[in-house]
Amino acid sequence: MTRTPRTTLRAATGLAAAALVALALAGCATSGGDEDPNASTPPTESTVNLEAAEVTVLAAASLTEAFDDLATQFEAANPSVEITVSYGGSGALATQIIEGAPADVFASAAEAPMQQVVDAGLATDPVVFATNTLELVVPAGNPAGVTGLDDLANPDLRIALCDESVPCGAASAKLLANEGITPAPDTLESDVKAVLTKVSLGEVDAALVYRTDVQAAGDDVEGIKVPAAADVVNRYPIAAITDPSSDASDAQIAAAAAFVAFVTGDAGRETLDAYGFGTP
Amino acid sequence: MARAAARSTGRLAWPVTAIAVVALAVLVLPLVALVVRAPWADLPELLASSAVLDALVLSFTTAIVATAICLVLGIPLAALIAHAEAWPTVPRRLLRAAVTVPLVLPPVVGGIALLMLLGRRGLIGHWLDETFGITIPFTTGAVVIAQVFVALPFLVFAVEGALRSSDRRTELAAATLGASRWQVFRHVTLPLVAPGVAAGGVLCFTRALGEFGATITFAGSLPGTTRTLPIASYLAMQTDPDEAVALALLLLAVSVLVLLTLRDRWLPGATA
Repeated sequence: MTRTPRTTLRAATGLAAAALVALALAGCATSGGDEDPNASTPPTESTVNLEAAEVTVLAAASLTEAFDDLATQFEAANPSVEITVSYGGSGALATQIIEGAPADVFASAAEAPMQQVVDAGLATDPVVFATNTLELVVPAGNPAGVTGLDDLANPDLRIALCDESVPCGAASAKLLANEGITPAPDTLESDVKAVLTKVSLGEVDAALVYRTDVQAAGDDVEGIKVPAAADVVNRYPIAAITDPSSDASDAQIAAAAAFVAFVTGDAGRETLDAYGFGTP
Repeated sequence: MARAAARSTGRLAWPVTAIAVVALAVLVLPLVALVVRAPWADLPELLASSAVLDALVLSFTTAIVATAICLVLGIPLAALIAHAEAWPTVPRRLLRAAVTVPLVLPPVVGGIALLMLLGRRGLIGHWLDETFGITIPFTTGAVVIAQVFVALPFLVFAVEGALRSSDRRTELAAATLGASRWQVFRHVTLPLVAPGVAAGGVLCFTRALGEFGATITFAGSLPGTTRTLPIASYLAMQTDPDEAVALALLLLAVSVLVLLTLRDRWLPGATA
């Protein structure tokens, strides 16, 4: 997988690492107060160094590039912590967490899957840390000459959409309903990256994905901005998973909280900006 | 042979039995959990939805067609592999590996490979699209192709095993009596390996029915066209785990039923 935005981020990475150290030095009590009143405050942070811990993050597929980057930054600033991120459709991830999958942090592409996890008593006070909107995407060169959302109703074109059971599909359905368009999809995929792959391979003529995915896909695809998409905004919440029955160590809980604070803080904001995510 | 040995010593050594019980638990316990956790009260309602029925019909139709294609293609391939016994080592092993690889490959890889071959920009797909305007991905045909790709080795090895263990003297006798090669194959070899063909066909059908990775990668997922039961079950897991469990249960029931009804009757091991 190529990550084109990565090189441009090198400078930002240094800044972010510096910001993180500053944040850690200042202690999270103050940082929580200054920057994000909603951020859950790590309970036992008074020292600079987090204890050795492995943190498992389950994140929406659309966060792949941004969270790979954030995890690398976080690990660079906290060498004792190892972050493992697993990506998937937000709904499936929520189900996995509720079924007891080991997870310390959950980042969802919409509020509904997070709410399921909160309702199950496994997370409290999720914080919305990013927003995203949809964009039309076509293979490089736009072979089918797609111009706008109307083309998604053309049965002669190969169209891929997200299934309505995942956030990008719910957003797509809402956008198309707003515009009075009945789409003629050839496949309804289980996560946004699967849709994007079909476009990158040239197997479909057009699809709806998040604008961040268009940016992440690089030269294989072209994005077509859709003005109406501004009205359908996906809000991404993040929360530490607090499973009372889990055997997570204190160090693990502290590291998870620190990662959440990192993503919702300045460094996280800067990185998410670079990958095209909006500010909540 | 194993049975005879076991009989001669009376019973198996206890560590063997103990480990075998653990192995059995590994295989059976997850399925028991599935049955226990199933939302039995809501089951009729969940399974009667039109989405489930669509997936059920699609799964059965495609698996039956795929099995038929596997039978037509697989029996001659099995005969070739059995025949290749007399070949030099390298081509013989290459042939066997070619049939084994799809068996051990993650099906998703199979789906990607099929896209590379038959996709719109694929080696053959490109030409099909430009010459005939035919595109294969996202069609029911693509579902069948994916199923054939993953299920064919099951049939081939079952038939090949039967061919190897069959008594070749009957074929020799027929040939000596003047039967042509085709006549020998059709009237002597095939009837000899019929139990192997039946067993292979059943395995092939259940494998095709359960096919997921290659299908979702190569054929996509559209209700009524390409969304088979396993894909519907996977998607249901996103929003409604109860529905996912119900679908999983349905797949399990079908597989067990098919294996139970056909195995005892036709599997060589059971009747010998």
